[in-house]
Amino acid sequence: MIWNSASEFFAMGGYGLYVWGSYVVCAAFMLTEPLLARHRHRQALRDAAAQSHDQEDQS
Amino acid sequence: MPEVFSSVLARDLKLASRRRIDALLPLAFFIVAISLFPLGVGPEPGMLRDMAPGVVWVCALLASMLSVGSLFAGDHADGSLEQMLLAPQSAMALAAAKCTAHWLVTGLPLIVATPLVGLLFDMSGPALAALVAGLVLGTPILSLLGALGAALTLGLRSGGMLLILIVLPLAIPALIFGAGAVGTIEAGMSASGHFSLLGALLITTAIGVPPAIAAALRISTE
Amino acid sequence: MNLQGLRLYTFAAPSRFYWLTGWLIPLCWLVCLGFAAAGLYIGFFVAPTDATQGDAYRIIFIHVPTAWMSMVLYLVMAFWAGIGWAFNARMASMLARAIAPTGAMFTFLALWTGAIWGKPTWGTWWVWDARLTTELILLFLYLGYIALINAIDDQRRADQAGALLALVGSVNVPIIYFSVKWWNTLHQGASVSVTKGSSMASTMLLAMLLMAIACWAYAFAVVFMRARALTIERESHAGWVAELVQRRIAR
Repeated sequence: MIWNSASEFFAMGGYGLYVWGSYVVCAAFMLTEPLLARHRHRQALRDAAAQSHDQEDQS
Repeated sequence: MPEVFSSVLARDLKLASRRRIDALLPLAFFIVAISLFPLGVGPEPGMLRDMAPGVVWVCALLASMLSVGSLFAGDHADGSLEQMLLAPQSAMALAAAKCTAHWLVTGLPLIVATPLVGLLFDMSGPALAALVAGLVLGTPILSLLGALGAALTLGLRSGGMLLILIVLPLAIPALIFGAGAVGTIEAGMSASGHFSLLGALLITTAIGVPPAIAAALRISTE
Repeated sequence: MNLQGLRLYTFAAPSRFYWLTGWLIPLCWLVCLGFAAAGLYIGFFVAPTDATQGDAYRIIFIHVPTAWMSMVLYLVMAFWAGIGWAFNARMASMLARAIAPTGAMFTFLALWTGAIWGKPTWGTWWVWDARLTTELILLFLYLGYIALINAIDDQRRADQAGALLALVGSVNVPIIYFSVKWWNTLHQGASVSVTKGSSMASTMLLAMLLMAIACWAYAFAVVFMRARALTIERESHAGWVAELVQRRIAR
């Protein structure tokens, strides 16, 4: 272990803002993207369900 | 194949000569846009001389892109485009003819106007010669790439802006070599490397892009 | 019936692709999280502080993998788009469409982390070094592709036009990189590079590789998720979709 304390770890030798600024933004994007993809998938299934429902009503 | 090439080229040139004002709009844009830069950054001659090649090249790029959007639109509207695409050889001949026409109507005037622009920026003789030589090699590349963009975006609503977005990244190498050649000459060195690369780029583009344009036209008209 | 052929082309059918990816996605997430945990642990708790850059260099563990992914994904996207065009395979085209947003995201993250790394290291928020500039142009290529396929209403025309553009772009990427490198060395003399300088300790390299695998797995997972959504959207008239939807309603 190279960090003597938690506060040292977060400070990153004075570069904490840069390091965490990078990783936090990346994490934010990489959490949002799959959520958006999942939302799109669910929406597509809902739309398909509505479509087949309409087709059933028509037949 | 040569008949298609010459007939399309002749027709496009005739059309351009009938609408001379329209044909000269890119040139007008070129000159106006270039003049904006000194107004924007200040009249200091040294700085203007430094930025001149880059400014001229970027404005040449934009002027080409703005006029290339309608390259196929007329033929597409009256149905003659589909006719010409029926035979594979004539599709490539059509693409080549359109690019040539575009270069003659848009590129060539830009090249001729560049020495005047060079005066505005107080460019030295050798630098100006390098700039013109680069444009002679580069403007055909811009016409070819622009035609590819026009073929891909044929008939689309947002065509103009989309074309620029698609084509500009592809034109960056030409921009770098062309503008860079002038800087090298101004620094007292030989720009043969730049011109060789630009020439190689022109050759590969001239060989590789017309088939791509033909394919794009087929995709857009099916 | 050729068994080899069956295996190769069987997942070109949207229904089978949908079924397969249903199983693959959770596995990909597992791999991603596992390797990310290992990579970040080694990167932050084992790799030593750099002599010249201090602890700021640790950005590299996310910067380099995202840059690699941005370039690889563009080629993969162009490949699948090309396959879709050449063989008239809808699924391949859908896969290419699914890759584009993720590729663009990785490109943006590579630029973002590159810029942030540049600030403490070189003093400016942006450095026009060859690699970062090429990343910027790559972002434009992605945006152009996405804009083009979204501007065309006819799906088939959009797929094919996108394929042509992506293939032309792929051919251009090495040319662009070469020209930008040329431009960079001429204008700056000693080129400022975000990756030149500190030699890589083996732990740093290991952490970078682990993170790269994690990003690969992430890309697989998200691209498959998006591809599944696309499949449902495009194949909504197909029988298997109706059945699938019925089963969901019944649950």
